[in-house]
Amino acid sequence: MSLTWRDRRGRFGMTVLLVAVAVALAAPLVTNGHPDQQVDVIQTRFLPPLATDRHGAWHVLGTDRFGRDVWTRLAYGARISLGVGVLAVAISVALGCLVGGVAGASQGWLSRGLMAGTDFALALPRVVLLLLLAALWRPSAGLVVIVLGVTGWMGIARLVYGEVRSLSARGFAENARALGATRRRVLWRHLLPNALTPVIVAAALGVGNAILLEAGLSYLGLGVQPPTASWGSMIASGRDTLVNAPWVAAAPGIALVLVVVACTLLGDALRDRLAPHTT
Amino acid sequence: MHARILAALEPGREIVAVLRHLLSRLAVGVAVVAGVVALTFLLLHAAPGNPVDYLLGPTATPSQISATRHSLGLDQPLPKQFASWLSRFGTGDWGTSIATGRPVREMIATAWPETAWLVGLSLLLSCGLGVVVGALQAARPGSRTDAALSIGTVTLYAVPSYWLGLMLIMLGTYQWKAFPAFGAAGYDADFLGAWARFLDRARHLALPLLTLTLIGIGGMARFARGAMVDVRREPFVTAARARGLPPRGVTRHILRNALIPVVTLLGLSLPALFSGAVFVEAVFAWPGVGRVLVEAVQARDYPVVMAATAVSAALVVLGNLLADLWVNALDPRLQRQAR
Repeated sequence: MSLTWRDRRGRFGMTVLLVAVAVALAAPLVTNGHPDQQVDVIQTRFLPPLATDRHGAWHVLGTDRFGRDVWTRLAYGARISLGVGVLAVAISVALGCLVGGVAGASQGWLSRGLMAGTDFALALPRVVLLLLLAALWRPSAGLVVIVLGVTGWMGIARLVYGEVRSLSARGFAENARALGATRRRVLWRHLLPNALTPVIVAAALGVGNAILLEAGLSYLGLGVQPPTASWGSMIASGRDTLVNAPWVAAAPGIALVLVVVACTLLGDALRDRLAPHTT
Repeated sequence: MHARILAALEPGREIVAVLRHLLSRLAVGVAVVAGVVALTFLLLHAAPGNPVDYLLGPTATPSQISATRHSLGLDQPLPKQFASWLSRFGTGDWGTSIATGRPVREMIATAWPETAWLVGLSLLLSCGLGVVVGALQAARPGSRTDAALSIGTVTLYAVPSYWLGLMLIMLGTYQWKAFPAFGAAGYDADFLGAWARFLDRARHLALPLLTLTLIGIGGMARFARGAMVDVRREPFVTAARARGLPPRGVTRHILRNALIPVVTLLGLSLPALFSGAVFVEAVFAWPGVGRVLVEAVQARDYPVVMAATAVSAALVVLGNLLADLWVNALDPRLQRQAR
């Protein structure tokens, strides 16, 4: 942790992510009002950033076409974006560890079958699957989490497979087996914990990717549905008012870029510190 | 090189090995496309909602619904529907769109060149520029240029394509009034002369192409930098320097070896690029396969969704195969392994 902090990239990544998580958790405290609140649509719509409306409320990032405060929606939207990103990657990591770990620790047809399945799933076009899955059932945040999680585990499974394979030839795994530990116990207590380092790096990079894809699905109208605030749907709603209210689309986009850059830099810093030999 | 010299003694064996490798890759590719198609079919029919509701609306009587279902063949058992779709698709009869009534083949035939142009050009540009940026960075890792370019590439890598597209529309269309934001050609395109028509196309292509290329440069430069920094540490580079090779010769040694993972990435990034194209096509109303797919999915237009997924999966698999062949040609060590 402290080593990663000493890296400039790690410091930037952690700071941005901590701020984003804090804003998401403390959204009711750092904003005034509800994200879907429309006080006075005619009088308060399309206020530019830093404007004060007729009722004396101050809008740091302005308001959208329904007079809703952009900063408030951004803060509540962070809950969706970050939550979906983290949960989706959690599902991917769990699936990837399960498939990769079992394939790495077993022999013969089970191992070969699992890895062949992984390679097959890796070759499927992810966005086509995402579009199908998200469009065919009623869109919701939960569905997006599951869809992103289920289509994102293959890379992690391959990483875990490779690690477990090389670790199980090492002395400590041999010792554990000699002491009479079952294959399952060796895998869960000895091999997987040691294989986690590259997984952490992949997960940090994966969170950024999942956040981008969630926003993309919401942008296409296949993710989180209005009026719920999500960064992707905010960009979509700002699309029609690019000329007279560019801040509506610009603000969530900049927030997205910052968070994804933070995830990428944190992942890079972690990789250089923890696992310098993997790329 | 060594492998080539050895292979020259038995040229027949090398061709057989390459062919066998190619065939096995082709078989995997066909399996992937078949898997995608089967999965799509299952998902389409497992999901709630069906095209008949969209076609007839809420006022339809039960007898109308059953008649339409029968005429579309939707009352058949699923395996039979799939088999009949597959045999018709295989013989070139792709059916007609349920939503628009147009022949599916015609829809895809007009859409796929648009996607291919967009994706192909941006792949070419982002690869070339990305390798140049990566080489500039790798020339002096840790320098100020390297750090500044790193910030640029990591930002481009993180930018959502649809958002970048919107921002470019704001600048290029509304501020500078230079580039159109919608479609692949102007309404008057059919009445223009050859040169004016070309200019019109180019102006329409500018913004979507720029969006995809900028994002592509981000990923490609990051990867190329890493590959080149790794190769620079290899003993053969030191050896080349020790032999007194001029810097340009050393750079050639580095590039040739660093390009191998870059080409592999090129193939692997095709699906990502295609997915980027789906979003970019939605933003710029570009009449490509991605847009056809999004619209068809929303209308539960079964024949169009099936054909569009099959074609896009085939394009992705084909791209991967080409990249694989190219890597083989670049790296003689792999040809030896294939045997």
